[in-house]
Amino acid sequence: MWQLLQIELFKIFRKPRTYISFGAIAAMVLIVQVALKFDGQSYIEFILGSLKDTLDIPYGTILNGYFVCFVILNLLLIHIPLLIALVAGDEIAGEANMGTLRLLVSKPVSRTELMLAKFTATVIYTGLLLAWMAFLSLALSIALFGTNDLIVARSNAIEIISRSDVMWRYFAAFAYATVALTTVASLAFLLSVFADNSIGPIVSTISIVIVFTILSELQIPLYDRTVKPYLFTSHMLGWKGFFYLKTDAEGISIPRTIENLPAVLKSMSILLAYIVLFTGSAIIIFKRKDILS
Amino acid sequence: MDVINVSHLSKHFNGVHAVNDLSFTVQEADVYGFLGQNGAGKSTTIRMLLTLITPSSGEIELFGMNLRSHRKAILRQVGAVIERPDLYKYLSAYENLLLFAKMSGLRVQRKQLMDQLEMVGLAERATSKVHAYSQGMKQRLGIAIALIHNPQLVILDEPVNGLDPQGIADMRNLIMHLSRHLKKTVVVSSHLLNEMEQIATRMLIIDKGSKVVEGSVAELFDPAKTIVEIDANNTAAAAEKIKQSKWAASLQQVTERALVLQLHKDQLAQLNKDLVQMDIEITGFRPGNSLEKYFLSLTGTNQHVAAFTN
Amino acid sequence: MKRIILFSLLFPLAFINSYAQDAAALVQRVKTKLEKVNDYEASGEMKTNVSFMKVPAAQVKVYFKKPGKIKIKNEKGISLVPKGTVSISLNNLLSGQFQALDGGSDNINGLPVKVVKLLPLDENGEVVLSKLYIDEKNALILRAKTTTRESGTNELEMSYGKYASYALPDKIIFSFNTQDYKLPKGVTFDYDDGSEKKKEPSGKETQRGKIEISYSGYIINKGVPDSVFK
Repeated sequence: MWQLLQIELFKIFRKPRTYISFGAIAAMVLIVQVALKFDGQSYIEFILGSLKDTLDIPYGTILNGYFVCFVILNLLLIHIPLLIALVAGDEIAGEANMGTLRLLVSKPVSRTELMLAKFTATVIYTGLLLAWMAFLSLALSIALFGTNDLIVARSNAIEIISRSDVMWRYFAAFAYATVALTTVASLAFLLSVFADNSIGPIVSTISIVIVFTILSELQIPLYDRTVKPYLFTSHMLGWKGFFYLKTDAEGISIPRTIENLPAVLKSMSILLAYIVLFTGSAIIIFKRKDILS
Repeated sequence: MDVINVSHLSKHFNGVHAVNDLSFTVQEADVYGFLGQNGAGKSTTIRMLLTLITPSSGEIELFGMNLRSHRKAILRQVGAVIERPDLYKYLSAYENLLLFAKMSGLRVQRKQLMDQLEMVGLAERATSKVHAYSQGMKQRLGIAIALIHNPQLVILDEPVNGLDPQGIADMRNLIMHLSRHLKKTVVVSSHLLNEMEQIATRMLIIDKGSKVVEGSVAELFDPAKTIVEIDANNTAAAAEKIKQSKWAASLQQVTERALVLQLHKDQLAQLNKDLVQMDIEITGFRPGNSLEKYFLSLTGTNQHVAAFTN
Repeated sequence: MKRIILFSLLFPLAFINSYAQDAAALVQRVKTKLEKVNDYEASGEMKTNVSFMKVPAAQVKVYFKKPGKIKIKNEKGISLVPKGTVSISLNNLLSGQFQALDGGSDNINGLPVKVVKLLPLDENGEVVLSKLYIDEKNALILRAKTTTRESGTNELEMSYGKYASYALPDKIIFSFNTQDYKLPKGVTFDYDDGSEKKKEPSGKETQRGKIEISYSGYIINKGVPDSVFK
């Protein structure tokens, strides 16, 4: 199994498209950082604009590395699923398209081992992509903008988190984001089993993520009750839960707390369940599939 | 020992019988020709042998072991080139070979891999990406991959497709080398019957998913015998007359335009005389001794051939 | 007879005038105390209690310099301070020209206080009206309600300790108005944890907020550079 995993990682990291993903993330992150460096105040005014008449807004200190990182995550975690699907959707369909699948499956390795190795390689790719994003969005932002307290704008509240209370939350958030994006990867992996060309699984995965995200964000009571709690996209934003704090009786936020940790853990469990469902289904279907390509 | 033992193998796709109750055996050191038209079921059968396709029914044994329950142990001893050898175009020949060698469970050294590439004439292009290779070079690399783990059974599905005459000759020599010198069992599916005629020791002819005939080439295809195609104005009447004569057993096939008989070469002159005496109006008399004619006679494709040649 | 009627009419005016003089005198006593302070740098812990803000307690510095500069600074973090902080300084409340009117008496936490209304004579100033609740005996303002043009009505509550002689409080609670806060969910992509949600704000309602500063110490009249207030 370890040998198979090495082979799959070797194949992923020899494909040019893999590096497109890393390059795309670097470009996106740098674009956001440059934009905020030159005109971060406009963005902060947009976020806190309704309060500027009543409160003194310290724009200079709000625009720090932690804030920039949060903005980047907010923007990019919608786009990253495409880059994940690019590799995950290619895992089986790409091999079928290349004609190498029949050679792989006729080797003395079980189909289950092969699928597990491919999926594990995809998860490692996802983790490395997130680590790259974490480095650029957090470390580079801190280097460019320094650190200070973090302001998190929710739709009806503002959270201010002390700088000493921020970093561990980002580690937790990136770990959660890895699970969230692995869910997307497992969906693309499943769809890849059905196709002989990777375009189909990639487009299908992104379409599903977009439609489900719209359903998750729409405020329609019919969907809120029936559909939303079960959509994996509703739980992909759980990483933000690490930035919502508990408050005491006076309304003062309590450092090193999470407003609703059970909910965040429940969301993570749901995502893990989806990963097991999608990956398990992919393996079962692939085991029975006739390889005609 | 029977290297391959297939009994009552069937495969249906959406109600279509791609393979229908097929049984055959391949013996050790055979060069086993697997012959049939396009769509006859050859590739489907080979894919079932390699566990790419699950049979609808029937049993497959290789090396005396059931394929379903001993898959890994069996496949360690099998090397295959399935149709055109598609490889990882973004990797070099060396990397492709290394990758598949590892998947076959080998711990390979660089020298071993380079020797293998040398054997197929690709050592100098070992580091070139496969997307720059010609079809012949890819075919050779596919052979190298199939043989890297020294399998006892080599399965080649349409190995000469896309090759030039030199490539075809090289492939023929390789197959004979594998069989005669390395004592490997080779199963070759092809519809280049001229080539099969030269190398196969045993063969199976399959048509519409079913076995037509199986046996040693020597038994089935006696070079002393010949196939004669006789064109006649009224083939039905001519066939009736032949059936009343001593040539009845030689009559293989009757179509709208021609009759096909198989007989010994030294009987040709007598047949010709007897046809005239039976008052059969002949417009064409074509003797020819080849596996191709034998194959066509068995699979009933003469009408297509006649239409094309006319 | 005429003299009696005239005296009866004029006599209350004398009291009114004396009451007004009492209010002004009281305010002057407070002002005299406050004027001992030319500048100060105070350290304290600030707690912010606004319905839409979740803010940790912050260590702040409060700077004051005569005649009316005041700045709250969170040197190690971010604090969103109401724009009406100018009225956090009592010195600023009592600066300028105003008319002091007697507003009667009241009590705060059982302590009797004198109520004085200050009407600024500058019609263009930010402050429209101030209502002070003054501990007469110690000449200390315990509560101040200030109505401003831009920021509505703010309220200050003070409690005093060792800096009472300078009329500098140990604790100050500043209540103010602020617009409610709302951003579209399509912008913020909030995480919905499935819990009961309170009614969505329209963003147009006014909320009441509170800032509480507990001072740990003052450095008084040691000089504060102007650059601090930029």
